Amino acid sequence: MLVSILHRVTGNGLAVVGMAVLLYWLGSLSAGPQAYNVFLGHASAWYGKVVLVGLTWAFFNHMASGLRHFVLDIGAGYELKSNAAWSVFTPLAALAATVLTWAVIVIK
Amino acid sequence: MGNGTSIGRVRGHGSAHSGSHHWLLQRYTAFGNLVLGLWLLGSLVTMQDYTFETVATWASSPIQALGLMLFVISTFWHARLGLQVVIEDYVHEPANKVIAMVLLNLIVFAVVAAGLFFLARLQIVGTATSVSGGMVKAAMQSMMGGR
Repeated sequence: MLVSILHRVTGNGLAVVGMAVLLYWLGSLSAGPQAYNVFLGHASAWYGKVVLVGLTWAFFNHMASGLRHFVLDIGAGYELKSNAAWSVFTPLAALAATVLTWAVIVIK
Repeated sequence: MGNGTSIGRVRGHGSAHSGSHHWLLQRYTAFGNLVLGLWLLGSLVTMQDYTFETVATWASSPIQALGLMLFVISTFWHARLGLQVVIEDYVHEPANKVIAMVLLNLIVFAVVAAGLFFLARLQIVGTATSVSGGMVKAAMQSMMGGR
C-alpha cells in the first residue's frame, strides 16, 4: 500500500514541482546568461539543493514502482512472497539510486 | 432496462472502449519517460560543469534539443493522464470534475507549449549569446536589416 501511495505522491510531485523546475530551467536558459545565472544561484542554494535532491528521489521512486507496474501488467509477480519482496525493494532501490546519483555529482 | 438510475442507463451497452486507450497511452508515455528521463539525468550528472556556456551549447545541439522536446511532450502527456486519474478518484461533484479537467488540460497544453517555445528560442537566439553562436547572431542581424 505504501508503494502505491508513494507512486501517486511522487507522480504528483514530479508533475507539479518537476514541471516548475523544468520550465524555469529551460526558460532561463533560453533567456540568456544573466537569467540562467539567477537560476543557477537558486539551484545551488541550500533550498534549491533540497528541491533537486527531492526531485531525484521522486524520479527514481516513481521509476522503480513504475517498473514494478510494468511487471504486474504482464501478469507476473502476484505471488504473495515475490509481491511483498518487490514492494520492499522498490523504495530501497530508489533511495540507493538517489544517493549514488548525488555522490557522482558531488565527487566528480 | 431502466432509465432512472446511473446503472440502469449504462447496463447492456457494454464498455465505452476508451478506458484501455487511456491505460495504453499511460504505458507508452511511461516507457518514453523511462528512456528520456534516464538519458536527461545521465547527461546532467556527467556534464563537466553547469555554466551557461556548457549547458546552452549542450541543450541547443540538434540531438539534445530533439531529446528535450520529446521529454517535455512525453512527461507532460503522462502527467496529464496521471492527474486525470487523481481527479477522477477524488473529485466527485460533476461540475467540479469538469472544471478540474478543463483546468488540467489548459495548464498541460500551456506548459508543453512553453517548454517547446523555450527550446526553439534557445535554438534561434540563445546560442547567439554563446561562443559558438557568433555566426548565428551575425546572420540574424543581417536578415533583420543589420542594426
